[in-house]
Amino acid sequence: MRFLFFAFTIALITDTYARVIPVGTGKTFSSVKKAVEQAKDFDTIKVYNGTYKEGTIAITKQITVIGQDNPVLDGENKYEILVVSGKNITIKGLYFRSSGYSSMNDFASLKVVDCLNVTIENNSIFNAYFAIHISNSTGVTIRNNKITGSPKSEQLTGNGIHLWKSGNALIENNTVYGHRDGIYFEFVTSSLIRNNWCEKNIRYGLHFMFSNDDSYHNNTFRDNGAGVAVMYSKRVVMEKNHFEKNWGPSAYGVLLKDITDSRMIGNKFTKNTTGIHMEGSSRMDIEKNTFSANGWAIKVQASCDDNYFHHNNFTGNSFDVGTNGTMVLNKFENNYWDKYDGYDIDKDGTGDVPYHPVSMYSVITEQNPNALILLRSFTVQLLDKAEKAIPSLTPENLIDTKPKMKPNKL
Amino acid sequence: MMKLSKYVLYDILKNKIIIAYTLFLFIVSLSMFQMEDNSSKAMLSLLNIVLIVLPLVSLIFTTIHYYNSYEFIELMSSQPMSRTKIILSEYAGVSISLLSAFWVGVGLPVLLFAADDTGFALLFSGTCLSLVFTSIAFFASVLARDKARGIGLCLLLWFYFALIYDGIVLLILFTFSDYPLEKLTLLLTALNPIDLGRIFIMLKMDISALMGYTGALYKDFFGSSTGVLFTTGIMLIWITLPLWLAERRFKKKDL
Repeated sequence: MRFLFFAFTIALITDTYARVIPVGTGKTFSSVKKAVEQAKDFDTIKVYNGTYKEGTIAITKQITVIGQDNPVLDGENKYEILVVSGKNITIKGLYFRSSGYSSMNDFASLKVVDCLNVTIENNSIFNAYFAIHISNSTGVTIRNNKITGSPKSEQLTGNGIHLWKSGNALIENNTVYGHRDGIYFEFVTSSLIRNNWCEKNIRYGLHFMFSNDDSYHNNTFRDNGAGVAVMYSKRVVMEKNHFEKNWGPSAYGVLLKDITDSRMIGNKFTKNTTGIHMEGSSRMDIEKNTFSANGWAIKVQASCDDNYFHHNNFTGNSFDVGTNGTMVLNKFENNYWDKYDGYDIDKDGTGDVPYHPVSMYSVITEQNPNALILLRSFTVQLLDKAEKAIPSLTPENLIDTKPKMKPNKL
Repeated sequence: MMKLSKYVLYDILKNKIIIAYTLFLFIVSLSMFQMEDNSSKAMLSLLNIVLIVLPLVSLIFTTIHYYNSYEFIELMSSQPMSRTKIILSEYAGVSISLLSAFWVGVGLPVLLFAADDTGFALLFSGTCLSLVFTSIAFFASVLARDKARGIGLCLLLWFYFALIYDGIVLLILFTFSDYPLEKLTLLLTALNPIDLGRIFIMLKMDISALMGYTGALYKDFFGSSTGVLFTTGIMLIWITLPLWLAERRFKKKDL
């Protein structure tokens, strides 16, 4: 008898507290908005296939919204589609289309404000101003989303995944095409970003500022307007990312501005105009990266100090290192440079004469960009050779004291 | 005319210099691809060969050939045959032999090891430069009275195109660095076939660097189809103009 009563109570609780509310034509509700109004905490709203044009839907309860067969939420180019605020909310499998644009507010397809533990998973977002906009939230997970924008100009397009003043976020396996910034962070700490793909965004693939203690792993940033820009942050780890084909006068694989105590390990820089551009950065550890076929592999401005470049491979770059001064406060060691033509008599795998990674012509083009047209001409090669013998223009102390004879195994 | 070209070609093949040149190119190219682990570095060395050795050999070989076959040319002139035909068939014979040397010596290894955009750009530039400098050498030889002067003039021309010209351009770029020089540099490159060939290859090889700064402008110009037409057109002018001048001069020359 007691057992029966207990079982009955349990059944009652599950019935009241974890209902599944179906939404769709011929279902209990035909409007998502209505279903959200009726839902209680811990309920699941299952949205079935169809197109829903309901303006802005606000969610503040602890509910799960799951889309079945890609239901379309249409913003009719006017509204924000989903605004989420609260805790323990999950949004899954929805297709967001054409959210509104505003020059006053950051309109987003999916906006998350003041939240705790929100999961956003398997959604597609198409033609949005901002796609996913997170602010003042902790423990947000953004996973497996596909975001595609239709880029017009920097002013008319928002960011793909935008986080502001958040912490402990996990962003993985998302793809972002054609937004302003692919992934944008401001005041976001202790977060993990991995396996994302950002391509053809009109400004940066990844852009973060004032975001400390974050890690970036295995992401690919390709063909974005200006590559990747990271600024004013501390203790950032970037590992095994790919930076490819970021072409343009001010496009960089990575722009490091005022980044300190951070590490870049095992990244691949391929075919960028500039692989890494460093400004005012200190105490960076840059190791085991591969730089191939870039215009400039690394540009280190004289405002950088205490950076340590070691065990990197440099192959097929037009220029290995560029700099704008003669002051050298950084250390290069144990890198492999394909332009190194020294010898190794004691056969320990390390060249016996130091390598000067700054060629004279990279100094000249720094002063006079037009001179780039003479690159690889016989005259320039002669000048470079003469400079190597008697350095006068290039910084004398910028040397790799232990250049490798064979590429480092990474 | 065909017959005469054929005789010139046979004559050149008989003295074996051209075969040695082919072998030299072939061995150098092959060993470069064998020695370097990535083909891009080998291409860089080949670029130097195409831009420096090729023009030099074309100039010197053509000049020496012209003076060596001077008696043959005199003999031909006594036949009922127009002088235009004589010099054109001489040109055809020499350029065909130099081109085949280049295609076998450099073309084959490139096709084997690096048959990509850069490789084809290299072959295109090499072909153009061979023709251009053969043509320039004919003009120089017709102009100069004896062999020593002819070779001297050719060497001078080679120094000018390969070395001095770029020095002058660099000087101009620095002297007038306060002015917008993009258009001027475009014009200046057109005035030197070696530079033109170099830029054509660079657009494939150093595309990433060229996209920086004003480089994007060069890329936009030379990389577009008008740019390719422009390059080809200027190269054609560089081939035909000296040859035409040589032919005009040769017609009136007291042999």
